[in-house]
Amino acid sequence: MKHTISILVENQAGVLARISGLFARRAYNIDSLAVGVTADENVSRITIVADGDDHILEQILKQLNKLIDVIKVRSFSENELLTRELVLIKVNCTPAQRAELISIAKITEAKISDISVNTITLELSDYSNKIKTFEELLRPYGIKEIVRTGTVAIQRGSASLTI
Amino acid sequence: MTVARAMVECLKAEGVKHVFGYPGAAICPFYDELISSGIEHILVRHEVNSGHAASGYARMTGKAGVCVATSGPGALNLITSIATAYMDSIPIVAITGQVNSDQIGRDVFQEADITGSAEPFVKHSYIVKDPASICDVIKKAFYIAETGRPGPVLIDVPMDVQNMECEFCYPDKVEIRSYKPTTEGNKLQLKRVADAILKADKPVICAGGGVFLSGAEEELRELVHKCNIPVINTMMGLSNIDMSDPLYFGMMGMHGVRSANYAVANCDLLILLGARMGDRAVTALEGLRDTPIIHIDIDPAEIGKNVDVTTPVVGDIKKILTQLISVVQEEKHTEWLNELNAVKNAPADVPGSKPGTLDPRLFIRELNKYLEKDAVIVSDVGSNQIWTVNNIMLTKGRFLTAGGMGTMGYSLPAALGAKKACPDRQVIALCGDGSMQMQFMELATAVQHGIDIKIIVFVNNCLGMVREYQERLYSRAIAVDLDGSPSYEAIAGAYGIKAETVTENSQAEQAIRNMVESDKPYLIQVIVDKEEDSII
Repeated sequence: MKHTISILVENQAGVLARISGLFARRAYNIDSLAVGVTADENVSRITIVADGDDHILEQILKQLNKLIDVIKVRSFSENELLTRELVLIKVNCTPAQRAELISIAKITEAKISDISVNTITLELSDYSNKIKTFEELLRPYGIKEIVRTGTVAIQRGSASLTI
Repeated sequence: MTVARAMVECLKAEGVKHVFGYPGAAICPFYDELISSGIEHILVRHEVNSGHAASGYARMTGKAGVCVATSGPGALNLITSIATAYMDSIPIVAITGQVNSDQIGRDVFQEADITGSAEPFVKHSYIVKDPASICDVIKKAFYIAETGRPGPVLIDVPMDVQNMECEFCYPDKVEIRSYKPTTEGNKLQLKRVADAILKADKPVICAGGGVFLSGAEEELRELVHKCNIPVINTMMGLSNIDMSDPLYFGMMGMHGVRSANYAVANCDLLILLGARMGDRAVTALEGLRDTPIIHIDIDPAEIGKNVDVTTPVVGDIKKILTQLISVVQEEKHTEWLNELNAVKNAPADVPGSKPGTLDPRLFIRELNKYLEKDAVIVSDVGSNQIWTVNNIMLTKGRFLTAGGMGTMGYSLPAALGAKKACPDRQVIALCGDGSMQMQFMELATAVQHGIDIKIIVFVNNCLGMVREYQERLYSRAIAVDLDGSPSYEAIAGAYGIKAETVTENSQAEQAIRNMVESDKPYLIQVIVDKEEDSII
């Protein structure tokens, strides 16, 4: 089962290594990882999507909490969260195909970020499954390159994770 | 002042009297300041042993032990002892020199990423790049090492930083917003524990190493006597209750005694107290179905990790026991205790020994007669450890071993540390000939620093426990013969340490008497049959 875990950490050198090392040595699987600074520049937020049963999730949360630089840890159920990933896809695109691809971009609310004689680079920010569909739509044209970020997540409604 | 000087001043402010270490170029600025500080430096003969000595020291003082090494190989040699301390939750502060900060990452001479390498085995680590942070770092290091679930903290200081100038200002207290261990037990949970104790007809307490770490030996004794609850130990918990106490039923687990494992298997309430239930102990719990289990520990991550529990209680054991003592009612449990005593007192076979060899169990029982009341026994790892744990009798004494990591070569350096911590107590290291050969360089440390420890080496010319394991699982033993090994009496003699060899049970008493009467280090090598198993 997939779990989205939000971790607030001290924004210090070595913190990410400690967290990724913990996952590696205790054999927890990371599906996705994203790190960025929060409104407080001394605090970073790490979002990890991890795979495992409830027992493993409980251990992950407890072990993360033991790391000295970890200020707060929480896991969320899917319906509590608004999640986003960002993807950049460079697709083969002959001048004749441009109109088609532009219309796909329009329908999916992707942005045309770059264009060349025979390629087009589309940018989409959405939740994971939407991005998968987007990728499938573009595959027939020949995908040259995909760059995708890890999932970031924020609670729906007025609740927020702060220190 | 320089950072190096400030480091020494910080140690003084922390009340450090002894440090165990091994110098090298990258830690020289610190050493140069240490020499005139009044802190005694004990020069070990291998860096790994500075960590083990600091561990023995920490376990006897309850304060963090300090070990020091240089950059690169010196620091890397520390890792095994850091990991050993981590597994057993022993507070140590390890200080390492590092290459100059502008050279880090260039693979210069004696450079190793020690904070990176040690990361899985430390509670926390620091690499000091800002000279102004040194006092804060050292204060936090001791605080983190000693509080909550204790453990090792590493401080890596580049050589150029040691030579930089800083202001010395040792903080009075520490505030780490992300580190606030829970010490008070949850009131509602404690009520549940008290109710469960009241309800139980056959309760048993399994007391682990956490009882020492919390300094809760007296509270444990008080609680179990108030309610007449039988107590058993994990290996790390041995001697946290008087072994001659009528409520004590021995060590549980794979290598434990029948009465302890019987108590677990037949109880109707199991209380795990500061025991993380490592796999060697947990074997005793196999087959338990509906027995309610209460787990009391300061580390929430240990609760539910290896054993499913009915009632978790997070907090400091001393505080929790104090709270419990005031709410539980006096009970007798006569029937249950009779049942356990019948198992405990069932006649056990005492195997005899072949001519020219001793029965190690009988030797240890003989040793018991000459132990001072508060003796400190440090056991190594292997058959010698199992013989020791199941035969030693400590009343007010203390038992030390590397229970979690099972690190061979722990006993001698840890005994050195323990003796430095309490010079008035009798300190005896017991090891096998395998473990002895991993540590006998430290005989020099004992001689040089006049540390009066006693050493007993069980010599079976074999890695006994591995042999036993191989014979059981593979029907033959491979690579366990220690042919080519020296006489340990001669080795001790070469260091100027008095030693003798015993080959018959009848010689044991005299040898032990010679040993305990000596006011200098003393070694007895005990010749044991190669086929001697570790099972009782």
